[in-house]
Amino acid sequence: MNRTKPITGELLNLKNEIEGYAIEAGLDFFPQVFEVCDYDTINILAAQGGFPSRYPHWKFGMDYDQLSKGYTYGLQKIYEMVINTDPCYAYLLAANNWVDQKIVMAHVYGHNDFFKNNAWFANTNRKMMDVMANHGTKIRRYMEKYGHDNVETFIDKVLSLENLLDINELFETPELKRERRELAERQMAEEAKGGYLIDDRSAALKSFMRSKERSSRTDNVEGNENEDVLAEDMKLRTKDVLGYLINYAPIEEWQADIIGILREEAYYFLPQRLTKIMNEGWASYWHSRIMTERALDASEIIEFADKHAGVMYMSKKQINPYKIGIELMRDIEYRWNRGMFGKEYNECTDMEEKLHWDKKLGLGRQKIFEVRKTHNDISFIDEFLTPEFCERQQLFTYKYNPRTNRFEIDSKDFAAIKQKLLSQLTNFGQPIIEVTDGNFRNRKELLLEHTHYGVDLDAQYVDATLRNLHAIWKRPVNLATKYEDKEVVFHFDGKEFKTLDS
Amino acid sequence: MDHPIKRDHARFRKIVKGKVRENLRKYVSEGSQIVPKGTDKFTIPMPSIDIPRFRFGDKSQGGMGQGQGEPGDPVDGQQDPNGQPGQGEAGEGEGNKELDVELSLDELARILGEELALPNIEPKGKKSLQSTVDRYTNIGTTGPDSLRHLRRTYKQALKRQIAMDTYDPQNPSVVPIRRDFRYRAADTKVEMQNAAVVIYMMDVSGSMGDEQKEIVRTESFWINLWLKSQYKDIEVRYIIHDATAKEVDENTFFRTRESGGTLISSAYNLCKEIIEKDYNPNEWNIYPFHFSDGDNWSAEDTKICLDLLDNFIFPVSNVFCYGQVESRYGSGQFYKDLVAKYGEDNEKLILSKIKNKDGILDSIKEFLGKGK
Repeated sequence: MNRTKPITGELLNLKNEIEGYAIEAGLDFFPQVFEVCDYDTINILAAQGGFPSRYPHWKFGMDYDQLSKGYTYGLQKIYEMVINTDPCYAYLLAANNWVDQKIVMAHVYGHNDFFKNNAWFANTNRKMMDVMANHGTKIRRYMEKYGHDNVETFIDKVLSLENLLDINELFETPELKRERRELAERQMAEEAKGGYLIDDRSAALKSFMRSKERSSRTDNVEGNENEDVLAEDMKLRTKDVLGYLINYAPIEEWQADIIGILREEAYYFLPQRLTKIMNEGWASYWHSRIMTERALDASEIIEFADKHAGVMYMSKKQINPYKIGIELMRDIEYRWNRGMFGKEYNECTDMEEKLHWDKKLGLGRQKIFEVRKTHNDISFIDEFLTPEFCERQQLFTYKYNPRTNRFEIDSKDFAAIKQKLLSQLTNFGQPIIEVTDGNFRNRKELLLEHTHYGVDLDAQYVDATLRNLHAIWKRPVNLATKYEDKEVVFHFDGKEFKTLDS
Repeated sequence: MDHPIKRDHARFRKIVKGKVRENLRKYVSEGSQIVPKGTDKFTIPMPSIDIPRFRFGDKSQGGMGQGQGEPGDPVDGQQDPNGQPGQGEAGEGEGNKELDVELSLDELARILGEELALPNIEPKGKKSLQSTVDRYTNIGTTGPDSLRHLRRTYKQALKRQIAMDTYDPQNPSVVPIRRDFRYRAADTKVEMQNAAVVIYMMDVSGSMGDEQKEIVRTESFWINLWLKSQYKDIEVRYIIHDATAKEVDENTFFRTRESGGTLISSAYNLCKEIIEKDYNPNEWNIYPFHFSDGDNWSAEDTKICLDLLDNFIFPVSNVFCYGQVESRYGSGQFYKDLVAKYGEDNEKLILSKIKNKDGILDSIKEFLGKGK
């Protein structure tokens, strides 16, 4: 499909110009590729998470439907899409005006730098474009073989569990896993043999000893030792529910493969969900700097200000990650430039002195580069949100008032705001749910536990989701949680949804 | 080749429309779900397909905002769970979106027709109703620029230049001036169409409760919808009756609460008058519908009704439809009388019993299923 075209002529010159400013600013990015496309194509790309090719599924069609309608009725417009790949691809809307294109390019270099440097992206697959296309091919083949409806129905069920991820998995690599397993085995072996405390055996001997170990473990004890080991394994707690299902659910190979595919894609997008505020803040910070300091022509100022203000729109209903992100980045730079941090500053009680505090350290730039490398949204907010900042940004929390049947401003208190923000960001805004037992009640039932932090789950959704989980697990499934201040276990056995008496 | 997402999109539309189809019964019995928008666009508020996930209950959660205000001030509007579309993070928005699927009336009627396997109506009589249609087939010397006919304008200019001998074949530039301009112009054509009229008669005597009227209202909405898809112009007249009958407007037809005895013949008489006055049976397709709970005042009146049907209404109408709504008070006698006289299967008469809201669709199918 030739729906997107590489940029040429003026735009290419513009790219080279902006790229120069980005390098000058110290941004460190993957090679950047810009392509232009029409609004329909950008809607398609957006519906597919930025990728030109995905597996066939109606949800992409649904998102496309909504984006297209939104565009047609002038409700929203997507200026650009940028994907975390190496080289980094970004799509520009052909209909953007000149100033838009400038802003967007500068913004994209910010994202690109963030993708490359932020720790949470360290293990993302930068060749995801190919991976996604391969996933599409695989699933299309399964559909041919096992029936479109059949496969689609299964995908629907898996998507239902797509948000049950363990963020620590982002740092799991096969090597790490193997090393850890080997370490555990070695320790076990050492304990059993009374310990080779100084390990000077050759590698060949070690591996021989280990295989001996294993075979003796399974040979010596008659009967279903293997199953016991499996049963032991199944008691492992994990938040990586999809991974757990691949290993232990009684499913066919193609189904396990599909779970694997969807799981891989979900983990690919996870870092972006963990760093929304930072990522947008960082990109906005840089488009603002590059534009105002270098790229803007005097005649374009008003246009730029208008567009920039549109992006920074503050809403009473939800916080705008672009706005909070950029302001917090600027705040950090300002504070570190003036040395407004550390013991001395924090313990100072003279407000006047604090306000005019300036140690002329000039560490701001260095600090924000460091922040973009090591933090995610939670640690970012936890560490850098200050009472002064909340007040300046007019942040507040709101809640539902059942008496007036409306949402009302609840508090402008720093602690409350921080608490609310953090709880919204905890576990990327999803309930913390982990598998705790694959042999619950000794009946091969699956038990999930929800860690309750003050907000109940939506019971209707629990019902529907458990049904989907049951279709994969095939034995009864359970979810332990707190509901209306009571400890409950929701239970679905294939026929009815009920709460278990404990 | 089209992008593969078009297939996903088509699939989605199919599922959504499948929803309309599967749940059509529900929509029909809750006629209020269908919201007219503009003249012929309807939106059906319909949830987008929501993949269930473990998620937090909505309202206890509250949220965060930015802006002026003091504790206790309302936060305008509802919380929007879907952030603005950002970069590379589509597919992240969760929450229950309401999706308006816009269906034109035609589309809705088509779905209804498919669902109920309704045959197209074969109009009787010749096309007699005149209507005018504008078609741009003519050329004029005045008009808006958007309708300017470039080729004709150019030709005109060329002709003029040749006539004035200002055309130079060596330098063939043709410059149109004001009076060379030609514009597409409309020709008004008369087209003939089938004309149809629906006459709804409803019993509003004391025994017809709100629920019964609601059934009649919903059913007539769908009947209108179908007939409108079959005839370009359709007239609808409404008659209500208890012991006497009167013609009313649509609003009154659905809202009135009358009481008293029932003389069905009064309605049939009025129906006859209306037809005689306004609708020549040779030119019009006439559809009288009568809804009642089947309670007539007396056997004599029933006899008058049957005479009216035989001698006037049957001969002039395409088909006469009688729908009997079940009511706690009604005896349902009139239905029996009709069956006794004409049998269940009669060319000119369609009978239907409507038990409750769920019976509406079946009833529509009975009325319209014959393609008359």
